[in-house]
Amino acid sequence: MYTTKTSLFWKFVVYAVLILGVAVFIIPFIYMLLTTFVDNAYTLPRPSEVFSVTPNLDNYETVWNRNNFFRYFLNSLLIAGVSMVGSLFLGALTAYAFARFQFPFKEFLFRMFLFTMMIPVVLAIVPQFTVISNLGLVNTYAGLWLLYIGGGVVGSTFFLRGFFETIPKELEDSIRIDGGGNWRIFWNIYLPLSKPALGTMAIFSFSGTWDEYFVALTIIKDEALRTLPIALMMFQGQHASNWAWIFAASIIALLPVVLIYIIFQKHFVKSGLSEGSMKG
Amino acid sequence: MASVKPELNQAPKYNQQPNPRSEGKKKAITKGIKQWGEVFPFIIIGLIGAVVFVIYPLIKGVIMSFQDYSIIPGAESPFVGLENYKEAFRDEQFKYAVRNTLLNTVVTVPINWFLGLVFAVLINMHFIKYKIAFRTLYYLPIITSWIVVAFLFRFLFADGESGLINFLLHTKLGLIDEPISWLQNQWTAMLVIWTFHIWKTVGWTVVIYLAALQGIPKELYEAASIDGANGLRLFRNVTIPLLGPVTIFVLINLVIGAFNIFPQVYFITNGGPIGQTEVLQSMIYKEAFNNFNFGYSSALGVMMGLTIFFVTWTQQKKIGNQRYF
Repeated sequence: MYTTKTSLFWKFVVYAVLILGVAVFIIPFIYMLLTTFVDNAYTLPRPSEVFSVTPNLDNYETVWNRNNFFRYFLNSLLIAGVSMVGSLFLGALTAYAFARFQFPFKEFLFRMFLFTMMIPVVLAIVPQFTVISNLGLVNTYAGLWLLYIGGGVVGSTFFLRGFFETIPKELEDSIRIDGGGNWRIFWNIYLPLSKPALGTMAIFSFSGTWDEYFVALTIIKDEALRTLPIALMMFQGQHASNWAWIFAASIIALLPVVLIYIIFQKHFVKSGLSEGSMKG
Repeated sequence: MASVKPELNQAPKYNQQPNPRSEGKKKAITKGIKQWGEVFPFIIIGLIGAVVFVIYPLIKGVIMSFQDYSIIPGAESPFVGLENYKEAFRDEQFKYAVRNTLLNTVVTVPINWFLGLVFAVLINMHFIKYKIAFRTLYYLPIITSWIVVAFLFRFLFADGESGLINFLLHTKLGLIDEPISWLQNQWTAMLVIWTFHIWKTVGWTVVIYLAALQGIPKELYEAASIDGANGLRLFRNVTIPLLGPVTIFVLINLVIGAFNIFPQVYFITNGGPIGQTEVLQSMIYKEAFNNFNFGYSSALGVMMGLTIFFVTWTQQKKIGNQRYF
């Protein structure tokens, strides 16, 4: 049995480095949180002010009731929620097709999928807009959902296919003996066994659309239909110097994603996560 | 898509007397159609989605790059050959964008890779408790909003003594003589952008390496330690070689990520001061949506896409068919 003995000193050093790393990631968030407790922050609050605040929810209340913030929050929840469920379902369906079936041009199609993933998204925004415009879906959530779900299918297929291929084919036999077909195999075997991968994808999908700014800005024109990221940018434009408000709004905007992350965190697989790093 | 549907609707003609040579070919086609019939309900929606919202827009984008494109319905969009591409090389702004995009790649990829590997190895050490907690915290910046984190960085790097970074470096530590106006100068603004980029994305590298490290079978270490290897030698002779393929995967993705830098710049400096921190994607976006130069914007996008494609393609072979997904 191998054991590498590590002296107490080195253990201490390693822990110190890791905790330093955590501090670098966490302290900015804490500083942001403290700033939201500052009263009347019409100018940039001094660090000494920020460190001596007493927690209160005044700024949160102000922000929540101001500029239809609540409305935008619900809008974003609706958009990200539907997109997440749609993306998961469509991604799983398409990945299942690629993972379990043999058919002509399969690898060609898959390579084409891969190819499109390397191309910067901005190149496609203008033509995507014309497609939505031709469908008469500008300024509707349907247009936005189509773009998020349809545009995201390539990445989710790529992500889930690899995972589906690790599921042993023998598991299908019991369903086949019962006379079940491809749909039941998909529903009763592939989906339940892929919970970790689907959970990971749920995090990406939700946080991706929740935070999406550029496409939403081109598709949505109506003020009442705006999403949270757009509202945040506008809010920041109007109250440029009131950081307490801006961060109170920001923290409200962060909450759902952090919640989803914590809920699905258990299922977080090793996974490629290429989505996460690249498109934010 | 269009090529598939007619095939499916045409019933194979069995009544014809086939000649023996085309028999095999015909069988293959029939088999292919049957296979498509099976997979059809599962693949069709995804395929339509990808074709309509991804593949078609990309092709259309390439075509637009050769046009003086007008978005107004009915207006003409004359073809102008390579004019949009030539334009790029006369454009001062484009030089800045290319320079900054490359610089971002050269600066952030090595740092990101190194930090990611080190943190992953440390978290994976056998005596470390709360591995999952560390992983969760390191990954936290990845899932938070670009816009919010950009606000946060602008706030931390604010001018004067009230910015936390200036406060720490000047007032507390005395490392700098006077507070720095971080976002007002080209190079300090770039420094902020790079820091932002690394801070926001390094968790991804940590998570990938951590997964790879945990995938290395314990027996390999046991075997090596029986042979008398320990500590550093185990790391050098067992861990490093086994991480090879993951490293290539990580590097490719880091390069693509660094190349695709966009919200980092758009939300922090918006290209300023005077366009000196502009990068390719933010320039592409602004040319299209602020200046309505759709053709020119597309030409920039095509050039950028080709570069990324080239980099990925040449490296892809090294990964082979291994997938880390």
